[in-house]
Amino acid sequence: MATLNVNGKPMAFEAEPDTPLLWVLREQLGLTGTKYGCGIAQCGSCTVHIDGAPVRACALPLSALNAQQKIVTIEGLSPDGSHPVQKAWAALDVPQCGFCQSGMIMAAAALLAAKPQPTDADIDAAMSNICRCGTYHRVRAGIKQAAAAQS
Amino acid sequence: MLQDIELSRRGFLGAGAGLVVGFHVPGLAQAQAGSQPPEVNAWVRVLPDDRVIIRIARSEMGQGTLTGLAQLVAEELDCDWAKVGTEQPTPGQNLARNRIWGNFSTGGSRGIRESQDYVRKGGAAARLMLVQAAAIEWKVPVAECRAARSVVTHVPSGRRVSYGQVAEAAGKLPVPTEVPLKDPKDWTIAGKPLLRLDTKDKLTGAQVYGMDLMLPGMLNAAIRDCPVFGGKVKSFDAAAIAKRPGVKKVVQVGDSAVAVVADTWWHAKTALDALPIVWDEGPNANASSEAFAAVLKAALDAPEAVVGNSHGDARAALSVAPRKLQAVYAYPHQNHATMETMNATARWTPTRCEVWTPTQNGEAALAATAEAAGLPAAMCEVYKINLGGGFGRRGAVHDWVRQAVAIAKELPGTPVKLIWSREEDMLHGRYHPVTMCKLQAGLDAQGNLTALHMRIAGQSILAGVFPQNVQNGRDPVVFQGLNPSGPEASIGYAVPNLLIDHAMRNPSVPPGFWRGVNLNQNAIYLECFLDEVAHATGQDPLAFRLKLMANHPKHRAVLEAAAKAAGWGTPAPAGVFRGIAQTMGFGSYVAAVAEVSVSPAGELKIHRIVAATDPGHVVNPQQVAMQVEGSFVYGLSAALYGECTLKNGRIEQSNFDTYPVMRMPQMPKVETVIVPSGGFWGGVGEPTIAVAAPAVLNAIFAATGVRIRELPLKNQSLKKA
Repeated sequence: MATLNVNGKPMAFEAEPDTPLLWVLREQLGLTGTKYGCGIAQCGSCTVHIDGAPVRACALPLSALNAQQKIVTIEGLSPDGSHPVQKAWAALDVPQCGFCQSGMIMAAAALLAAKPQPTDADIDAAMSNICRCGTYHRVRAGIKQAAAAQS
Repeated sequence: MLQDIELSRRGFLGAGAGLVVGFHVPGLAQAQAGSQPPEVNAWVRVLPDDRVIIRIARSEMGQGTLTGLAQLVAEELDCDWAKVGTEQPTPGQNLARNRIWGNFSTGGSRGIRESQDYVRKGGAAARLMLVQAAAIEWKVPVAECRAARSVVTHVPSGRRVSYGQVAEAAGKLPVPTEVPLKDPKDWTIAGKPLLRLDTKDKLTGAQVYGMDLMLPGMLNAAIRDCPVFGGKVKSFDAAAIAKRPGVKKVVQVGDSAVAVVADTWWHAKTALDALPIVWDEGPNANASSEAFAAVLKAALDAPEAVVGNSHGDARAALSVAPRKLQAVYAYPHQNHATMETMNATARWTPTRCEVWTPTQNGEAALAATAEAAGLPAAMCEVYKINLGGGFGRRGAVHDWVRQAVAIAKELPGTPVKLIWSREEDMLHGRYHPVTMCKLQAGLDAQGNLTALHMRIAGQSILAGVFPQNVQNGRDPVVFQGLNPSGPEASIGYAVPNLLIDHAMRNPSVPPGFWRGVNLNQNAIYLECFLDEVAHATGQDPLAFRLKLMANHPKHRAVLEAAAKAAGWGTPAPAGVFRGIAQTMGFGSYVAAVAEVSVSPAGELKIHRIVAATDPGHVVNPQQVAMQVEGSFVYGLSAALYGECTLKNGRIEQSNFDTYPVMRMPQMPKVETVIVPSGGFWGGVGEPTIAVAAPAVLNAIFAATGVRIRELPLKNQSLKKA
């Protein structure tokens, strides 16, 4: 039995140590908001926060984690979808199919936590997530709107 | 029963090792049809609390069709938009009710344009029935009653009743057949930039995609199909992985694939990775992109070809033209690379087969299910689950559904969720067809275009997907955007002597409809070559085109709108150069101007795109803008990076590290100019993709003098010529 602190609660489950965090979240803890897109940390669909930093869960084995680290998934970003990024996303109709958006939102929230007023260059550097529908235009606008709302 | 409207609301139903997440799973929801408030008609249900539930038959995959169709129904229904929700009838219900909801196919940018008429009539008929029910209750003439915002008012007496209160009675009335529709100029819900109805759950992780589905007792499967197209399974050693954690069964699927079924997908996937499989690679084991390119090159001059558009005598005019220009272009195979890989959950018993899957065509998925299950369609059902992208991959061929059913057949009664790894998805796509094009222009002494011959050589999508639709070697889809006339995809230029023909050559790589389809490369071929002709004759690329467009006012108006908004003819910022392109496809007219700079080292920066669209009627301008913005991501990803190459019979690219796509830093500013001329209904999900690449390629030429004729750009040097 292993334990991880996910969304503010200790959660116990069984999985082999080489199981990536992504599949622990999805298949052991039922937190399917975090998505599988590539499995090699390329696309960012699986982005979660570990102690506040954006991390790609698909390439992070359970053996590299401990029960003290605070893991936050899209389900735990806010209790009711009221994080400034979520609100900006809703106001600007950012998502299209939405599959990549959990990762986009988590990456954007981590960026704003580290840099409350990011420049375009900051956004380019932090937001390497892939979207195939083509929401980049509104993701950028959403980050700026969330930054303005926070200031 | 209908797929439940509460699909995305979730709560934890159970706990323990592997929590069972309780979605309102369509097909498992407890609500019975009889317990739901009855429908007013096939398109509309109104609940006693006045919530309006609009039925949507087409699939929503991000393109906004769900919201647009709901707007059209709500407009004619005169209901309160704040109380609108949606639900999806199942393909099985459509079959049982004699296709009352029409075509489920969601491709070719047809979702709105080909259902707008009957869904609006559905909304209008429901309104007439609600008004009539109120009039009957009040014992007053219908003509004295008015409907607005979900309330019927008896005008002389001022009596009012809400839709929810008369919905049940309305549902018992005959559905009217004579249903007048509003003039679009009177719209108050349709035509407005309303926010999407399906955003909320995409922001919290609550939206359930096919990959997220969990059913009680469900097992998970991973699959590997022979990496060589046309190859087969020779043998595999199931015993070698039998003792790995969670493994339940190893199954051969058809003659070419092996699947591992386990308790979790991670267990299934890792066991499959460890499974020794010997392949019979078959007749295509040595096929390569390089070898096929030689076949295409030869076909550029082959005597036999199917004519798609011809008038005058292009060959004769070319032979006597005082000046000739010629160029050869090439466009590669590409994978759709939907963010959500292919997946389906199936449960099979000898008397019933059910499938839950993201699909662009529920009816085609049902047909595939029935065939794979060995059961009549009436004993099968498909529940459409939200799509993590479609782009054409999830519409025509439901190969993953057939696999899932075949696996579930080996475990009767147990639901099995099949998920493709990204690597499986990259190696077993239905690829954008590969083509080459040789263009020859004949010019008179004044630089006027007197003759044009476009020879397209290459792959036919229909030959691979719907071979019954290829007649006498002719695939009409090949000529998208080049047709002589018609409301779908016609050429925008009058050339005195024109010949456009196609020499079909099909490789072992299976083709598919890929967002934008053949318009993508056809627009590059024609728009870049015309740009070459303009530059070679010292003419402005816009002015040169306009001279050829006198008989094509709609094409011309959109091109001029893009040029005007971009400031064509005015100086661009220092170091920035412009390119222009236009085309028509999917019933809409589109044009774009790109502004780019290229550094001395050959690094491209796309600064700004101005895109104009005339889709006739606009149902939601914000959604049109989003589709136009997204089209540049899809189209420029293709232009910059998109390429699947074949070596030793198999696709070489296996994931996003070897199949790069555009990311945030490459995304230019996109300005969308919507110029609806009314009177027709065009699509918007795809046409703009086709002008993305040629506008940028023409701007690159303006910046560098380098003419790119082979994509993707990552393989080309942009250092100044």
